[in-house]
Amino acid sequence: MNTAVNFTDAAKTALKNPTLRFNFRQAMDSLRERRAAQFPDQDELERARDLAGAIRRRSLNHLAEKLVQLESQCQKNGIQVHWAETPAQANEIILEVCQRHDAKHVIKGKSMVSEECHLNDYLAKHDIEALESDLGEYIVQIDGETPSHIIMPAIHKNKKEIAELFAEKIPGVEYTEDVDTLTAIARKVLRSKFETAAVGISGVNFAVAETGTLCLVENEGNGRMTTTVPPVHIAITGIEKVVPSLSDVAPLYSVLTRSATGQHATTYFNMISSPRREGERDGPQEVHLVLLDNGRSKIYQDERMQDTLKCIRCGACMNHCPVYTRIGGHAYGTVYPGPIGQILNPQQYGIDQQGEMLSACSLNGACGEACPVRIPIPSLISELRHEATRNDQAGTVYGQGALRKLHEAVVWGSWKWIHRTPWAYKAMGLAATRLRRLVPSAAMGPWTKTRVKPALAEKTLHELMKERES
Amino acid sequence: MRDIYYFGTCLVDLFYPQAGMAGIQLLERFGARVHYPQEQSCCGQPPFNSGFRDEAQNVAIQQLALFDQPFDLVVPSGSCAGMIKHHWPELLKGTDHEARATELAARTYELGEYLIDHLNVTLEDQGEPTTVVVHTSCSARREMGVAEQGKTLLGMLKNVTVEVPKYETECCGFGGTFSVKQPEISAAMAEDKTTHLAAAGADRFVCGDSGCLMNLSGTLEKRGIQLDSSHLYDFIWERVQ
Amino acid sequence: MSARDRILSRLQHDVIASDNEIDLSVHLDKQFDTQEKLERFTEKLESVHGEIIRCSENDWTQTLARVVDAEQIENLTLGLGALPDQAADAVSCAVRRYDADIEDWKGQLFSDVQAGFTTCRGGIAETGSLLLWPSIDEPRLLSLVPPIHIALLFAKDIANTFTEVLCTQNWQDGMPTNALMISGPSKSADIAQVLAYGVHGPKRLIVLLAE
Repeated sequence: MNTAVNFTDAAKTALKNPTLRFNFRQAMDSLRERRAAQFPDQDELERARDLAGAIRRRSLNHLAEKLVQLESQCQKNGIQVHWAETPAQANEIILEVCQRHDAKHVIKGKSMVSEECHLNDYLAKHDIEALESDLGEYIVQIDGETPSHIIMPAIHKNKKEIAELFAEKIPGVEYTEDVDTLTAIARKVLRSKFETAAVGISGVNFAVAETGTLCLVENEGNGRMTTTVPPVHIAITGIEKVVPSLSDVAPLYSVLTRSATGQHATTYFNMISSPRREGERDGPQEVHLVLLDNGRSKIYQDERMQDTLKCIRCGACMNHCPVYTRIGGHAYGTVYPGPIGQILNPQQYGIDQQGEMLSACSLNGACGEACPVRIPIPSLISELRHEATRNDQAGTVYGQGALRKLHEAVVWGSWKWIHRTPWAYKAMGLAATRLRRLVPSAAMGPWTKTRVKPALAEKTLHELMKERES
Repeated sequence: MRDIYYFGTCLVDLFYPQAGMAGIQLLERFGARVHYPQEQSCCGQPPFNSGFRDEAQNVAIQQLALFDQPFDLVVPSGSCAGMIKHHWPELLKGTDHEARATELAARTYELGEYLIDHLNVTLEDQGEPTTVVVHTSCSARREMGVAEQGKTLLGMLKNVTVEVPKYETECCGFGGTFSVKQPEISAAMAEDKTTHLAAAGADRFVCGDSGCLMNLSGTLEKRGIQLDSSHLYDFIWERVQ
Repeated sequence: MSARDRILSRLQHDVIASDNEIDLSVHLDKQFDTQEKLERFTEKLESVHGEIIRCSENDWTQTLARVVDAEQIENLTLGLGALPDQAADAVSCAVRRYDADIEDWKGQLFSDVQAGFTTCRGGIAETGSLLLWPSIDEPRLLSLVPPIHIALLFAKDIANTFTEVLCTQNWQDGMPTNALMISGPSKSADIAQVLAYGVHGPKRLIVLLAE
């Protein structure tokens, strides 16, 4: 389980970092513009979202059945299927495969589920070097960081920062801000690793139950390298990624690439259905699929929260979130930042552990509007705030009630009494307006640190209307 | 003469009663008889958004009973209208009040939307030429789907030039209790929004939602930015006198 | 109870929510005529740095030979089969056939091969994409490791949309080891959102579009 971090403090620190603020603003602006350009027709956008949402909903409706079908189809195709309830179990499964093949180093394609498992650290403890091959992941890995965005892991860094990093960490590299040169450097380093790695580890974007096919979406070709060159390929994914039919894949892929990076298609869409077959010249001899639960089946059990699992990890919610745009991904201190992280992390790890970020949402709805599979993210944040503050133990989420503070409960208790008691409400209105000059700025707490105190009216609307009627 | 209910909202009641009154007068001028139940208080959004659903539900039930005639309910706020229209049915789901909440939701409107779509207003501008910059609340935009109505009304005023700020659709950072629980993030958002409002080069900033207006006018003033603020309906009412 | 059974037991529920209708019309309604298909395919693929050279079904080998000369390609790797045979015969550069297991020549493939030639199963007009089903004859790495990928696509094989392909071509009856959709050369925008090509895969994708 992840450790609790103080989200609010991390957010405050991020807000004070002008480079970080600038990097994120610029990056999010460009991602939003590019997405908008992919959906010039509002009607088509809404229909594409309806379709993608319906496909994901149907996948979840039949999740158990489709997982079993996926397993049997994969096995029929020669893919070995493993089930893990926890990241620890997933790590053990992967380690066992690596050790059986005497792997000293493995090459990785991008996988957020492997980030959930902190797989690289785990393998390192067992003397296996896991090298990230996605350029962004590689950059954050050599800097000892974690991804700050689920699609663009190194989006928090500018050219200069990456130039400095390469010059410092990669032997024989001179400082250059030329992106083509930097890219060529990474290509060279990683090519030799692809050649020699004993195992390739990748994520999965969609797993097709009908055919036992693992789909990967990427631009760089590192995903194809990882899943083709080493003799063993291990794919790891969350149990929710299954879709029933092959024909479900195209509509999801279409909204995924357009929503994520504003691309009409990514360079590669890779559909893997088996290890190397008799007579084939390349491809891994062994393919493994690790299906990780890590709290997903718990989310599944609560109908209100199940939509969380529709997510196809496009990142559009964070690209459109005004909070994420300002504080960046690291402030969340979690594997998944931004709006999807705000609904996923507290459910996976408990509100007591990762619930603080629930307060960092103005419920402006931009994420829900952008979501290509129509996850009602603002409603789910609102539901989780209810779970976080309820005191009846009737909720379903780990750590329910953990954020209920006595003083807040008293405030809302009083609020309730005043607002349902007409004479009390009017008396409060009268008192507030008559004594308006006496209300000290400090009474408004942090509000007035950056704002002038709002002026209470001389008379309430209730009074004005009463006077008019009489 | 059509009868309508008016839900003034707690922020208008305490901070912007003139805007609330302006809304009522606009409705009356264009043919509505306005009913204002004196027992009304708040839609319950602050506790609802803070997770305190029982408290919000309790007040919603009491408020729901005030609007039992089949009149349309008009609200001078996208945010509070959104609460009544979308969240009361959700909040009262499975209770005896669910059907009534759903029925009320179907006849709940934001004021600007109502003036345009149901009263077919045309506005005769009596004021001097001026330029305004508008912020539309996220609830009006995304929850109520009435992003353009405020600008449409202002567009009817022949001497008023309407500007929108850069990043028009982005949240101003108010978000109710969000601004209290995450004051630094909220302030950063308000700072950006006010910078963009100021850059629009308008004579005045107008906004049809009290929460955003309070947040932004307070930030403008604190930052020493010379840009007067008005509630949208206050501004419109003055122009048509 | 195994992890599998525990996970599956938690996913059981009494009432299965009704499935919404899957209405694919938003994709399937996109129908282009022959000319539109070619234009759309070309526009989309070129927008992502793909290079398209139009030729006829009869003279594509000569076109390939010209490309090889013009690009000063010194060695070309090809698969097996009738079309690769024709290609091999047509070009003047050194030719290598991908006819051994990767384990036997991995180092050479990674360091020495300049360009790879493949055929395509089809294309997609909407997104300017190539569809490849690598096979015993045309292995997977042929379209990935060489810095230049030259692909032969017959215009008649271009479909409207990926959705149409998956709905009408019965792929589900027998998926290959690795089916691929390729839209342009390898690229990344991971450094400050600046596009760079040839990150891990080919830096150039040259499509011979044969009509």
